[in-house]
Amino acid sequence: MDDLIPLLPKLWQASYETLYIVGLSLIFGGLGGLLLGLGLYTTRSNSLFSNRPVFGVLNVLVNVFRPIPFIIFLAAAQPLARFVTGTGIGNTAIIFTLSLAAAFGISRIVEQNLLTVQPGVIEAARSVGASRSRIMLTLLIPEALGPLILGYTFIVVALVDMSAVAGYVGGGGLGTFAIQYGYRQFHPVVTWAAVLVIIVIVQLVQFLGNYLARKALRR
Amino acid sequence: MPLISLRDVTKSYPPSRRGGDVVHAVDGLTLDIEAGDIYGIIGYSGAGKSTLVRLINALEHATSGSILVDGDEVTRMKERELRRLRLGIGMIFQQFNLFTSKTVAGNVAYPLEVAKTPRRDIAPRVAELLDFVGLSDKARNYPEQLSGGQKQRVGIARALATSPRILLADEATSALDPETTHEVLELLKRVNTEFGVTIVVITHEMDVIQTLATKVAVMDGGRIVEQGDVFDVFSKPTEASSQRFVSTVVRGVPSATELTALRQRHPGRIVTLSFRDGNTSQGAVFSDLARAGVAFDLIYGGINDIRGRVFGHLTLALTGDADAVDRALATIATKVDATEAPSHG
Repeated sequence: MDDLIPLLPKLWQASYETLYIVGLSLIFGGLGGLLLGLGLYTTRSNSLFSNRPVFGVLNVLVNVFRPIPFIIFLAAAQPLARFVTGTGIGNTAIIFTLSLAAAFGISRIVEQNLLTVQPGVIEAARSVGASRSRIMLTLLIPEALGPLILGYTFIVVALVDMSAVAGYVGGGGLGTFAIQYGYRQFHPVVTWAAVLVIIVIVQLVQFLGNYLARKALRR
Repeated sequence: MPLISLRDVTKSYPPSRRGGDVVHAVDGLTLDIEAGDIYGIIGYSGAGKSTLVRLINALEHATSGSILVDGDEVTRMKERELRRLRLGIGMIFQQFNLFTSKTVAGNVAYPLEVAKTPRRDIAPRVAELLDFVGLSDKARNYPEQLSGGQKQRVGIARALATSPRILLADEATSALDPETTHEVLELLKRVNTEFGVTIVVITHEMDVIQTLATKVAVMDGGRIVEQGDVFDVFSKPTEASSQRFVSTVVRGVPSATELTALRQRHPGRIVTLSFRDGNTSQGAVFSDLARAGVAFDLIYGGINDIRGRVFGHLTLALTGDADAVDRALATIATKVDATEAPSHG
């Protein structure tokens, strides 16, 4: 315990950095994933903007990038991060790479949840003369909102997980803290403290997600 | 000029797998529907009924042929024009297809929002429609809190929101119990009489046609095989495939298997008599048989009422002297339609 107390300010700093990285990645990756997921859903056959070539390209793109282990993706995408954000290291670089990786993962979750919307509901909207883009924005997303919230909750937890390797490119956060001050200096209590904070974050996120989803689903 | 006019319309789907056959859901179909009609389209599932109704509001696009709605050629319309067309054609569905994320009022308001109705006019119009379908107290409820019949009434209110001239009903009562079906059919009748909306009803249920439709078409294999006045088509179908369909939905004519069972139980010749519109009394036929010295048993039958006009079928087993039976049959054949079942089926 004596090992931990002098490190507490660093632990709070690390917690803040994790929330910062995850929060911004959720915004950028979540938006990118939503667009990509809408693209996958609407271009598949018998959908609003059915387009076999576009669907094929999107599908392959997601399939290529999604399975790459994040720690390798982080290294491989470093030149791109440097090109876009001006730096290949630190929290900014990791937010960029994490958003990119998350977007591919989120796109599948968005696609799957949109597929739960009954096709008849879309048909009903078309039958009253609604345009395809109106249906997409005012109907498709609200109809799938409950499952979408749960999907995004799942992704936040995954982002916390992925953000833990930020230290490899000079980023901060709880992963860096646990490895640097706990593991490398043989202070298991310090490592466990980081674990505890992560558990609290994940629980709070899951609780909030469940609450919002319940409201959206009205049950 | 008919309000809806289809000429030689075909809708084909590409084969579902490589080397499969092209599917013709609608195959060279021609049909006219006059303004004010309640036009029933009836047939087995897979006959192409649902595809046909979706061609009218262009949810499906015809492969070939001409579709005129109120004089405008639907098959040549662009997306923007199609959206305007659909504002004038309401549609209700077997599974209701209500928006689960919206309240009852929100569902009914949606077409008005699409039609860019001024915001202040939407709420009164929604209230008016909910009043018409008898659901004013449910405006703030969500669809899952409603019964099936209530859901379909919301569906009807939503379909009527933009005051369309045409309402398409795709198996609108098939998911409802008989009593609720009756309520919904009565409501549709009011839609027709009070607002003058032309209704196209797709169904496989005889009752729906019997209580609602003014005209009917029997569909089979993507074509209309017979059409006309409901009473005529059901009491005396002329085409083989419509006879086959009508015999499955009209009470009173034994099927082939039932006939076999009847023959085992009853000796003698089996004859089905068809009465229409009360122009020949059953009593007259029975006294003819008695006069000829022919004994008969009534072994199968049923009477149908279509908007006050009656037709029926009675199947008799005739026994007696062979010549007497022949003579009796010749006599009654001049009065009613008599069809003798082949003696070895």
